[in-house]
Amino acid sequence: MKRYYPVLLLAAVIIIIQLLTLITGREFLLTQLTMSAYYVLVAAGLCMVMGYAGQISLGQAGFFAIGGYTTAYLTTINFSPMSGKAVFKVLDAAGLLVTKTTLYGDTLVHLNPWISFILSVLIAGFSAYILGVPILRLKGHYLAMATMGFGIIVYRIVLGTRMFGEADGISNVPSFSLIPGIRVSGDISRRTVNYYISWLLVILAVLLLTNLINSRVGRALRSLHGSEEAADAMGVDTARYKVAVFVTGAVMASVAGFFLTHYNGGIGPSEAGVAKSVRYVAIVAVGGMANLWGSIIMGLILNFLSLRGVFGHFDDAVFGIILVLMMMFMPDGFINRSFFNTLKSIIRKIKSNRGDSNA
Amino acid sequence: MPDRAVAPIMKIRNMNKFFGGLHAVDSVSFDVKEGIIKSVIGPNGAGKTTMFNMIAGYHIPESGEVYYRDTLLTGKKPFQIASHGIFRTFQNLKLSTHMSVLENVLLGCHTRGSAGFLSGMLSLRKGREEEKRAVESVIPVLEWLGIADMKDTEVGNLSFGDQRAVELARALASDPSVLLLDEPAAGLNMHETDILSERIRAIKDKGKTILLVEHDMSLVMDISDEIVVLNFGQKIAEGIPEDIQRNNDVIRIYLGGEDA
Repeated sequence: MKRYYPVLLLAAVIIIIQLLTLITGREFLLTQLTMSAYYVLVAAGLCMVMGYAGQISLGQAGFFAIGGYTTAYLTTINFSPMSGKAVFKVLDAAGLLVTKTTLYGDTLVHLNPWISFILSVLIAGFSAYILGVPILRLKGHYLAMATMGFGIIVYRIVLGTRMFGEADGISNVPSFSLIPGIRVSGDISRRTVNYYISWLLVILAVLLLTNLINSRVGRALRSLHGSEEAADAMGVDTARYKVAVFVTGAVMASVAGFFLTHYNGGIGPSEAGVAKSVRYVAIVAVGGMANLWGSIIMGLILNFLSLRGVFGHFDDAVFGIILVLMMMFMPDGFINRSFFNTLKSIIRKIKSNRGDSNA
Repeated sequence: MPDRAVAPIMKIRNMNKFFGGLHAVDSVSFDVKEGIIKSVIGPNGAGKTTMFNMIAGYHIPESGEVYYRDTLLTGKKPFQIASHGIFRTFQNLKLSTHMSVLENVLLGCHTRGSAGFLSGMLSLRKGREEEKRAVESVIPVLEWLGIADMKDTEVGNLSFGDQRAVELARALASDPSVLLLDEPAAGLNMHETDILSERIRAIKDKGKTILLVEHDMSLVMDISDEIVVLNFGQKIAEGIPEDIQRNNDVIRIYLGGEDA
């Protein structure tokens, strides 16, 4: 049970932040906090792949984009001109279509986002599998280059394809009704609800990943990072485990891409860019690599600052510089073991001081 | 050497391995009987480690076969060989230095468990019980090797001798039937080597079969039931330690000279 305490703490912090924004009248900050949560989800997945299993991926933005673009494309096609065709009848009969009327009285028929959700995850997971089987044999720089190549391919495809809106991306993506009454939408009236939806998703991911890290599979993944040969000698099917963790990371990125696209009402090619992938890697590195909480804390802080425009024109450069500095001076990350140990010793000191004053 | 007739637990047949033009292992065959300590010795570059890596599945031989009882191991991957209960240690320790002693040793129990990704994520009861059983089963091993009190220490903070003990514990954790030890005495002082030889004997007394590659002659002569001598990739002698010590070919390659 002890390992769930930090999760409770996170939940408390999330509620406190919301109340603070409410009291201080700065509720507009919730928008960036919500978007940060989705980026944190990508970082948490990458943390498993890179931090724990030791397989670097510079292509996470590609998986994020696969999730986002799949749903953006599928939920913005208007099916109403096809109303006579068999495809339409089948989809309609299955209840998979959503009908809407525009301001001008036209009828728009869209695919239910739940279908595009399933497809987003399946396509991202399947591409990760197809990509992972051959390239996860590579190590170090070679793996970094191969995954970056994948990221670039996704970026060029969405940038150069008419159906994905080229440089404009896809806009007018409808909101997504999670359960009746609760929608993933950027509408101001739904800001607080969406803030909680996004962070609940993060909490769910954290719960699943903490369990995984502390299980038989998690131990095998971590040992793979320490010594692949030894893991192999102890009976770990290293190739399969590497692919599985890679797919897990890709699925998490695509879920984030799906939700953020519906939240923002659109997606553009910059989400698929290599600069975004570097950003995720920088967050995991600064968070202390094999440290899920580090990735989450740094992911929240850095994404929030970036979305608030604190870094200005140097946005991408800041993340690049962070990565370079981390690699040079703090390869164990900023929030690493010694960080927690220092924290613990400070708390212990405070406690013992209090004990002294009582005596 | 046990005098009762025992069926070989491992059979190595006609193994050949080339590295470019070098015939690293040249048609080597031998048997390992169940429940004995068998050592492979030879001067540097004799092909011992190559031989060892072929048995453990790290090198694929050009020709030849390795059998475990009646199962053909050649062509299988190391993790598949481990699933038959054949576990190895490494000459240059291969441990996860950021993980605790207990976690490193529990990795040795991997083949006995079955909990997968989903079970892990959902923390299902079956997986948790499996974990508990695994921990219970490795504690006696840790105690026996004198590393139980440091079970929560990160392996990177241990002395070299203790790290060697962790490697041995990991290989023993899943109750293997064959233990492959790659130069287990490398880097140990005389006192530690003595302790190691006691331990290897004790492991044998529990009914395990041990195949050993080792440089330390006194250790090999002390504990082995049988010895295979390799030189330039070829088997030049095989037998009990007393015979090997008297074998002229062996004396010649170890002491040099033409007329020994």
